[in-house]
Amino acid sequence: MSGAEGPASLTVGSRLSGYLRGGGIITPLLTALIAFFIGGLVVALTGANPFTTYKAIFDGSGLNWLFPWISADDRMTAGLNLQQTLLLTTPLIFTGLAVAYAFRAGLFNIGGQGQYFAGLFIGVWVGSSLHGLPAFLHILLALVLGTLAGAVWGGIAGFLKATTGSNEVITTIMLNYVILWAGVWAFGLGGPLHSGSGSDKTVPISDAVVQNARLPVFWGDPELQGLHIGIFFALAALVVFWVLLNRSVAGYEARAVGFSPDAAEYGGIHAGRTYTKVMLVCGAFAGLAGVIDILGWQFAVATNDIQNAGAVGAGFIGIAVALLGRNTTTGVFFSALLFGALINGTSVRNLDPAVFPPELATNLTLIIQGLIVLLVSAPVIVTAMYKLRPRRGPLAEDEADA
Amino acid sequence: MSAATLTRRLSPAGAERPVLAGWGAVVLALLAFWLALPPLLVRTPVPSLVLAAAAVGLGVWALREGQTRLGWSAAVTGVLCAIGAIAATKSGEGNLDRVVIWSSLAAAMLRFATPLVFAALGGVISERSGVVNIGLEGMMLTGAFFAIYGADVTGGWVGGLLVGMIAGGVLALVHAFFAISLRADQIVCGFAINFLALGTTGYVFLQHYGSNGTPGDAPQVPDVSLPIDWIPFFGPALDKLNLLVWVALVLVFVVWLFVFRTPAGLRLRSVGENPRAAATVGISVYKVRYLAVIASGVLAAMGGAFLSIGFVHTFNQNMTAGRGFIALAVVIVGKWRPVAALAAALMFGFSQALAQRLPVFSDSSATLLQALPYVVTLIAVAGLVGRSTPPAADGVPYAKE
Repeated sequence: MSGAEGPASLTVGSRLSGYLRGGGIITPLLTALIAFFIGGLVVALTGANPFTTYKAIFDGSGLNWLFPWISADDRMTAGLNLQQTLLLTTPLIFTGLAVAYAFRAGLFNIGGQGQYFAGLFIGVWVGSSLHGLPAFLHILLALVLGTLAGAVWGGIAGFLKATTGSNEVITTIMLNYVILWAGVWAFGLGGPLHSGSGSDKTVPISDAVVQNARLPVFWGDPELQGLHIGIFFALAALVVFWVLLNRSVAGYEARAVGFSPDAAEYGGIHAGRTYTKVMLVCGAFAGLAGVIDILGWQFAVATNDIQNAGAVGAGFIGIAVALLGRNTTTGVFFSALLFGALINGTSVRNLDPAVFPPELATNLTLIIQGLIVLLVSAPVIVTAMYKLRPRRGPLAEDEADA
Repeated sequence: MSAATLTRRLSPAGAERPVLAGWGAVVLALLAFWLALPPLLVRTPVPSLVLAAAAVGLGVWALREGQTRLGWSAAVTGVLCAIGAIAATKSGEGNLDRVVIWSSLAAAMLRFATPLVFAALGGVISERSGVVNIGLEGMMLTGAFFAIYGADVTGGWVGGLLVGMIAGGVLALVHAFFAISLRADQIVCGFAINFLALGTTGYVFLQHYGSNGTPGDAPQVPDVSLPIDWIPFFGPALDKLNLLVWVALVLVFVVWLFVFRTPAGLRLRSVGENPRAAATVGISVYKVRYLAVIASGVLAAMGGAFLSIGFVHTFNQNMTAGRGFIALAVVIVGKWRPVAALAAALMFGFSQALAQRLPVFSDSSATLLQALPYVVTLIAVAGLVGRSTPPAADGVPYAKE
């Protein structure tokens, strides 16, 4: 890894791999702790008490449901909160996988948000039309088409990289904005998919997904946004990710290209084709997240929400999820849960404004996210501070050499 | 690396003539479109179609002569321009006259291009020193917020601009520390910078201004009035531009001069091409890179400051909306050269200006046109430019011996 390298993006995955594979569970834990510590300093600077703030955020996330000692009343509330946390965790698992799989192939997929939108838009379109279709068929159709839409949107970036060598960091970001505006147009006033049947025709919103096509709720009240079965899809996706990556030819090729595209080509693996295939899979993961969100609890999409999600949506948080989770199956699960809890705990609904203003807390989440990504980018900090050496010696040496 | 070899295999370096033909085809195609627009306003598509057909023909020839990428781009441009020309001849002259006022389009183009020019110059300097700066977006956003905050607090636009530039520089220092001293992955830590900037500006903005937003009477960077409005086209286009627009244009020249005509610029480039060799002749790689990254942050922040206290006169959360990323694309399309980057920035500025104006034809499709600059970026990065070669050590951390 010394000397003249190609475009940096080609080697992001390989350069990170030393850190991402080694260090066990302690490194990410420390990373998160340091980020939360600095976040606490920010809270203290604002004049609030970081401990009560974090306690309030924790309680708001509903994770205290897991504690056996809380009272029955608290458990009720905690249960409701935990349902919301898991509701938010579900898409983060998918988008985290969408970023992680790309990282393993040496690609930086910043397009998770656009791929998520692709799935969501197609999902709401299919889900709100085709009245009278049997529930199972309707849901299946929406899931399949939404996943395909996400895959196509991700695949474009992979295909462009394969054929023209264009940097996927740039193309995925541009694709995000293209589909964002396409969505704002399509569901906005005068757009082809704007809700014509709604009571107020001046609201820029889509039609709602019909009852038949909504995902069943298995925990909590369907009227109060209980937890839908999408979480099981997410857990299944984790298994699929692991099998695909570690037990399939496609995954082997992806990892080989991630380690060294040149060596992989020498070994008979077509790197360009692999990039396209990898981005198709990433897009499918993120697209599925979009469909499941729309069929599970959002039901309709407003153009405001599309624009607000531009920089803070599930697709973007997926980057932090993948990095903190070190691109592994279990890592992605736990960091998705962490971020799901953080977002839910800092939401306007759950955070008591007397403890800490929720709109500030939303930005605090962003700062913590940024700190985590920053710390992950420089493995030396955490490893040097605690004298942890990545398990794979040669890779660590490569890092130092580069 | 393999993508590089792949494209090389797809488009072997051919003779000069197909390249010339390809670019000629692009020019012909644009000419075909231009014929149908004011002031010529040819009301029949025939001459445009003839020119566009010639463009496609030339493009296909270039394609067959091995200029795969350029040939394809030329052919596609030809087809698109033919469609545009037909659409223009079919639409009313009144609408066309209202949309295509070349002088005001040019003024809008300059205004939209200015933030990109600032940030792209920063990107050029940073990447020439071998540090990829994906954090341009965040540095711009930081500049945008702290410029209006500074202008509000100090009571003058100079103070605001300075506060914005310092804030951008500080954020760049963080990137520099991680990317250079800690040898972090530059793309990942640059991305973190964007998150940090988004969170920090949002946090301070809400804490300080709450839901009222920034004050409407915050001092603004003045416009420069030139007594030239009697000159056709240039007069109305240039007589009332913001001071920072001119600063950006001057800086393009200054940065070019610095990078390619001064010893310090040579040092900068040598560090970006081969840091080890530069170090052996006594250049401090770390120092050069630190200065370059900080300069890029200051420049990007100026672009952001133009947005908040020169153009829009307010600050919103995430107001840069991906402009920093377009600036990155501008750097690549401009092949890491200031003047070429200016040309690329103008192209994006023009597409944004057009997106603002075309809604005359149809209100509901107005929003869809907001996507135009991003589509143009995609096409430019994937198509027209050909394979652009970054500085050899771009994005590669350097370890002292």
